[in-house]
Amino acid sequence: MAERIKREPLSTESDWTFELLEDYEREISRIAGDFGLDTYPNQIEIISSEQMMDAYASSAMPINYHHWSFGKHFLGVQNNYKRGRMGLAYEIVFNSNPCIAYLMEENTLTMQALVIAHASYGHNSFFKNNYLFRTWTDAESIIDYMLFARNYIAECEQRHGISAVEDVLDACHALMNHGVDRYKRPYPMSLEEERQRREEREAILQQQVNELWKTLPVSESAIEQREHRFPEEPQENILYFLEKNAPLLEPWQREVIRIVRKVSQYLYPQRQTKVMNEGWACFWHFHILHEMYREGLVTDGFMMEFLQYHTAVVYQPPFNSPYYNGINPYTLGYGMMQELRRISEAPTKEDRDWFPDIAGTPWLETLNFAMRDFKDESFILQFLSPRLMRELKLFSVVDDENLDYLEVNAIHDEWGYQKVREALSANYDLGNLEPYIQVYNVNVRGDRTLTLRHEMHRGRPLEQGSAEEVVKHLQRLWGFDVVLESVSNGEVKSRIAHSELSAAV
Amino acid sequence: MGFLIDRRNNPKQKSAVNRQRFLRRYREQIQRSVSENLKGRHITDNDRGEQISIPTKDIGEPQFHHGRGGQITHVVPGNEEYTRGDRIARPQGGGGGGGGREGSPDGEGMDDFVFQINQQEFLDVLFDDMELPNLTKRQLSGLEEFKRRRGGFASDGAPSNLSIVRSMRSATARRIALGAGRRRELRELEAELAALPDTAEFEDRKQALALKIDELREALARIPFLDDVDIRYHRHYNEPVPHSKAVMFCVMDVSGSMDQATKDLAKRFYILLYLFLSRNYDRTELVFIRHHTVAKEVDEDEFFNSRETGGTVVSSALDLMKSIIEARYSPTEWNIYGAQASDGDNWPDDAPRCTTLIKQVLPLCQYYAYVEITESGDKPLWQTYASLESEWGDVFAMQHITGPGDIYPVFHELFRKQSA
Repeated sequence: MAERIKREPLSTESDWTFELLEDYEREISRIAGDFGLDTYPNQIEIISSEQMMDAYASSAMPINYHHWSFGKHFLGVQNNYKRGRMGLAYEIVFNSNPCIAYLMEENTLTMQALVIAHASYGHNSFFKNNYLFRTWTDAESIIDYMLFARNYIAECEQRHGISAVEDVLDACHALMNHGVDRYKRPYPMSLEEERQRREEREAILQQQVNELWKTLPVSESAIEQREHRFPEEPQENILYFLEKNAPLLEPWQREVIRIVRKVSQYLYPQRQTKVMNEGWACFWHFHILHEMYREGLVTDGFMMEFLQYHTAVVYQPPFNSPYYNGINPYTLGYGMMQELRRISEAPTKEDRDWFPDIAGTPWLETLNFAMRDFKDESFILQFLSPRLMRELKLFSVVDDENLDYLEVNAIHDEWGYQKVREALSANYDLGNLEPYIQVYNVNVRGDRTLTLRHEMHRGRPLEQGSAEEVVKHLQRLWGFDVVLESVSNGEVKSRIAHSELSAAV
Repeated sequence: MGFLIDRRNNPKQKSAVNRQRFLRRYREQIQRSVSENLKGRHITDNDRGEQISIPTKDIGEPQFHHGRGGQITHVVPGNEEYTRGDRIARPQGGGGGGGGREGSPDGEGMDDFVFQINQQEFLDVLFDDMELPNLTKRQLSGLEEFKRRRGGFASDGAPSNLSIVRSMRSATARRIALGAGRRRELRELEAELAALPDTAEFEDRKQALALKIDELREALARIPFLDDVDIRYHRHYNEPVPHSKAVMFCVMDVSGSMDQATKDLAKRFYILLYLFLSRNYDRTELVFIRHHTVAKEVDEDEFFNSRETGGTVVSSALDLMKSIIEARYSPTEWNIYGAQASDGDNWPDDAPRCTTLIKQVLPLCQYYAYVEITESGDKPLWQTYASLESEWGDVFAMQHITGPGDIYPVFHELFRKQSA
């Protein structure tokens, strides 16, 4: 580390004041600028623990529509917090422009400085630059859209009753993870546009639906096409399909589906970049605060406190520890970001073999490239280094239901690096983690049964109980019978049909 | 650079609506939990809310998940001993050893969902679908209560009620009105003065103008900035508020046969009734009458705690109740409720007098409930009162209580909403 500059530190006490926070924020902002971090403007809000629980409850959205599940979540958090069973996050950051970060008032000054660097500069620059966020989210208009959503749903509740709206929302929430487009770019939206287009859309939609379901006599050629499926290609965005094609929905119900879909789509990139996003933010709070220390802006005591928090955050308990709860995304992400810097600055022979493209290149460029153009899955597949695998002692275990034992198929050795890396990468592929379910067919000419297909991934079945519940919700939206088939190698393995469920109850 | 904003003083209850939605949706389960908890609830707990627990599976939000089975590859940190090809016995009871990622959401064995509701919500749930019979009868009695309300502005009042905005507004108006003519004149003169060429022949005229202008300015300055006539005060007036009040008579037998456990049961019943009445009336008063062979009006503490022995003459209590009503609680003004608890004993010769008295008391009451706390049914007092139910069914009700678990159901039964 470079020579330390002797200077009067910004503060020596541990309680924060607004003046001090402004001083720290200014310095952090300057240093972040020197490192070339490109961020949205920051809006940093100090909130109380109760408000933090509010923020928890509404998926960290500054504005959200009303729904009982948020209330349930709030009660759960409140109860656990009051009994000391859980602590609250030190901050929550929301991907919007300006970037809103909530800081807890209980934090010490050191912690506030840490979370400003972490959230308002780390996460913020990630939101602004990562390709998934750039492609899928509109930081400019999300607050407007959520305002529209909240007002629209409140309006629906007044007009149609709370229960009616709740039924639709419940069903939509059950399918929320199946309401995202993975390959198509959504439209940018604004409050005004949204309002204007809504009315047109309602009219046109109803017309289309009527077209699809009209019972007027059909020509010969149509009957010949009976074998054709509808939709012609399977569709993975189930909510979108229902919004556009469910026969019995009222226009307002379609709009509600659309709102849930939009929210889900907005949150989708966050689910895909947890490791990278946290790793990036940890990397930067670490380096920014060290730079502050080097410049003599903070005291030794400040650094000791900071390092304690930092190490607690990036600690990875081993699998046989009682604290083990899966791989800590902070550890993995932070470790990988640090490795990228090390490989750029001081590559070993091994690094040159594994990462010929980045070994010895300027580290800022390498990191920026990694941050911009990857998601967790591809990031790990590309950049997880043998050295980090050795440090974390990663090994991969195959759990096959046909065998009565688990088998260690690769460990952190020369033979296994590649395998472990691939396996870990696959574990961050949402396509593998969540059941892959598509709308397969609608019996358009007959009883309007909707058939969904679950393409089984490595023979993994659906959890029966919850799947049945979701099928009930699906039926509520579709209005006719719904069948869900689990398919493996083109062969139907199991089947849930709504009509049979109702009979059993 | 960022902006720092202090949000701590913003309204906290952002989730209040969502919380209400949740309570609304699971009202049934919450009700079940409340009546369950009521059995164990202590008498002194009435200011407190209640802890509610609902089975987690009842409030789940289903989503598609992977179930057990198929082939999964876990990547796990902290390898100490394994090498490639090692076989590990499958850990029993969950994938904990193989990899924590697979916390299967099957819902079984999970704890109940536990949360707190406050006192208000507790009472709402407790008294949901119950109502006071004959509530409206004397509800609007008595207009002696007033509420101060704002009503416009007045030109006199107390300094503390000064309306600054209104006062300044009328001062401004007055200043404009009084000064308008002079200001117009002043403007004209100033314009003329400015237009005059700067030569000697106009010097006199200029001086005259300057003099006039000064005079006008002075006159304008003399208009007071704020005058007595400008001052305005917020006006308040007293609005009569129709208001309802109730008195609840707690009548209890404290003779030797009533032990502490029985009294506790009675107390719980009274507490429920009191809470219930307080919710329906602006003001609820309590009168405690205890009796053995003689009746006496006492305070709450003595009512529940002191113990006496002796026989039982119920009519003495009814007699006292009647005279208290006559002396202090005119039925035209008060909604009168009677709640009598007893183990059912009564002096056999007292029955006729008892019947006569209760028939005099009942017309004065909105409602009179008798609970008999006894293991075996049909004690003397029950038999005495039994004949009343047919004649006075809308005012009089009686029920048996055997244990703490009965109290809420019996109470519920007594005050169940009558379908019209």
